[in-house]
Amino acid sequence: MENRPVDYNLINGWGIDADPKNDPTYPMRKRSADDHEGYSWNRPQQQPIDVEVLHSIERPNVTAVFGTSKPPSGLSGKLRRHAFKYGEGSFAHWIPLIVADRVDVVEGIIDDIKSGSFPNIWKERGMNAQWKYDKAGLLKSLAIGAAITTAAVMLIKNKSRD
Amino acid sequence: MLAMNYRGPQRIRLDRNKPMPEILHPQDAIVRVTRACICGSDLHLYNGNVPDTRVGETFGHEFIGVVEEIGSDVHKLKVGDQVIVPFNIACGECTFCKQELYGNCHEANPQATAVGGIFGYSHMAGGYNGGQAEYVRVPYANVGPMVIPSGMHPDDAVMLTDVVPTGYQAAEMGGIQKGDTVAVFGAGPVGIMAAKCAWLFGAGRVIVFDQEEYRLDFVRNYAQCEAYNFRSIEDPVVFMKKQTDSLGADVCIDAVGAEAAGSKFQTITGRKTLMQAGSATALQWAINSAKKGGIVSVVGVYGPTGNMIPIGNALNKGLTIRGNQASVKRLLPKMIEHVQSGVLNPKALITHHFPLEEVADAYRIFSDKLDNCIKPVLIPPSARM
Ligand SMILES: [Zn+2]
Ligand SMILES: [Zn+2]
Repeated sequence: MENRPVDYNLINGWGIDADPKNDPTYPMRKRSADDHEGYSWNRPQQQPIDVEVLHSIERPNVTAVFGTSKPPSGLSGKLRRHAFKYGEGSFAHWIPLIVADRVDVVEGIIDDIKSGSFPNIWKERGMNAQWKYDKAGLLKSLAIGAAITTAAVMLIKNKSRD
Repeated sequence: MLAMNYRGPQRIRLDRNKPMPEILHPQDAIVRVTRACICGSDLHLYNGNVPDTRVGETFGHEFIGVVEEIGSDVHKLKVGDQVIVPFNIACGECTFCKQELYGNCHEANPQATAVGGIFGYSHMAGGYNGGQAEYVRVPYANVGPMVIPSGMHPDDAVMLTDVVPTGYQAAEMGGIQKGDTVAVFGAGPVGIMAAKCAWLFGAGRVIVFDQEEYRLDFVRNYAQCEAYNFRSIEDPVVFMKKQTDSLGADVCIDAVGAEAAGSKFQTITGRKTLMQAGSATALQWAINSAKKGGIVSVVGVYGPTGNMIPIGNALNKGLTIRGNQASVKRLLPKMIEHVQSGVLNPKALITHHFPLEEVADAYRIFSDKLDNCIKPVLIPPSARM
């Protein structure tokens, strides 16, 4: 489709929320003097902390509510605990968390196998949908995968021959 | 119950035996989900690019449903209410909630102070299970959830949990003045909505960039804007200058965030090797395309640490840069008004309905932009009866 110039006056709702005062290149504030008192509001009741909750060292406590979807566990949990010794903007915080995420994936596969099921990677990656809508792309990525595997196998074979 | 279950980068499955959520706090409610969208920002999680995304988590921050159970201190909702649940979890009492910065609540996310609590968005956003499931725990149920007005289509309602207010706030943070030229980077659902909303603030020209032809067609039709494929333009920044008498756009909106394509260097450092907290291509284009003294509004999601962005240009051009997670609760009444009066028609963005059971395929289709997918919604079996 071509780009056509638009008569914006015909656009439904044009300008209804226009507000010349909303120009952030001028200072704008919506605060009261109370806001300078720091961490002093009436906190909501604390959710009972009966799972391990890691909290940022940039705050004094665990928030009044929190999620409990997956408390830290295993080696990935150890890495996460280590990460939370450092501030949020620090690489020492960020990198261990990324490493922990990858370790967690392996731990997840081990858990699956322990519980008697091998993960169905084809299904988990949504390959049925890709087969339906993007056969070429799927075949290409499978071929690349196969080529990398073959190259790796050859490399190992050659190495072991030396 | 049934729930989406993250197993690692690009690996998810349907968990058939996820434990039912429970009331853990007097202000909690349990909501039976009737619709849950997959969001572009879920793809950051899906690709394993958000630190502290743990195996076993359930994603989904865009959902609506029916209140099934309430805690002892919930008085604004009752069992049976059909509710829109904002994606941000907010206490309503902290210093930030009092400023209506509901996306920045200080009592919802222990793991980080920069980002607030978000449903199903990794432990970096509080470790909450999300709504891509049959049931979900909703904390601070007196604050966030809002009863769906009678007669509102559920597809419209679910879009009000994130996409509509985020697109609207992107335009609002741009401080658009009448006649302004607005450039929007990204024609995903939020970019489309930002382009549409830019007109409501009186924009004189709205120009959108993306790399997918079907999304460009969609945004041209839906948002009556100009739309260009940056793959067929050598340099989007030079192109924008040419379009604006060599001055640049008054307002630039980054509606992409960490997954941005278009710069090999940013892709390798930001997406493939995670050496920076996401590829900042769209932000770089936004800063460089803005007029001197102009405004850059960022709603694309980035990680917590370093990003390679041209801060020198931002300084030298005297730009104002604003960004935030949308304050959904603050904006909901106005968004409902705009939907009811026909100014906004959000359900038109939903191109795909999937049963929750097909969640892995739905993510693949959305992630790979297959079958002209703009916005997918998942429907649990308990909502299909
Ligand atoms: Zn979203
Ligand atoms: Zn709060």
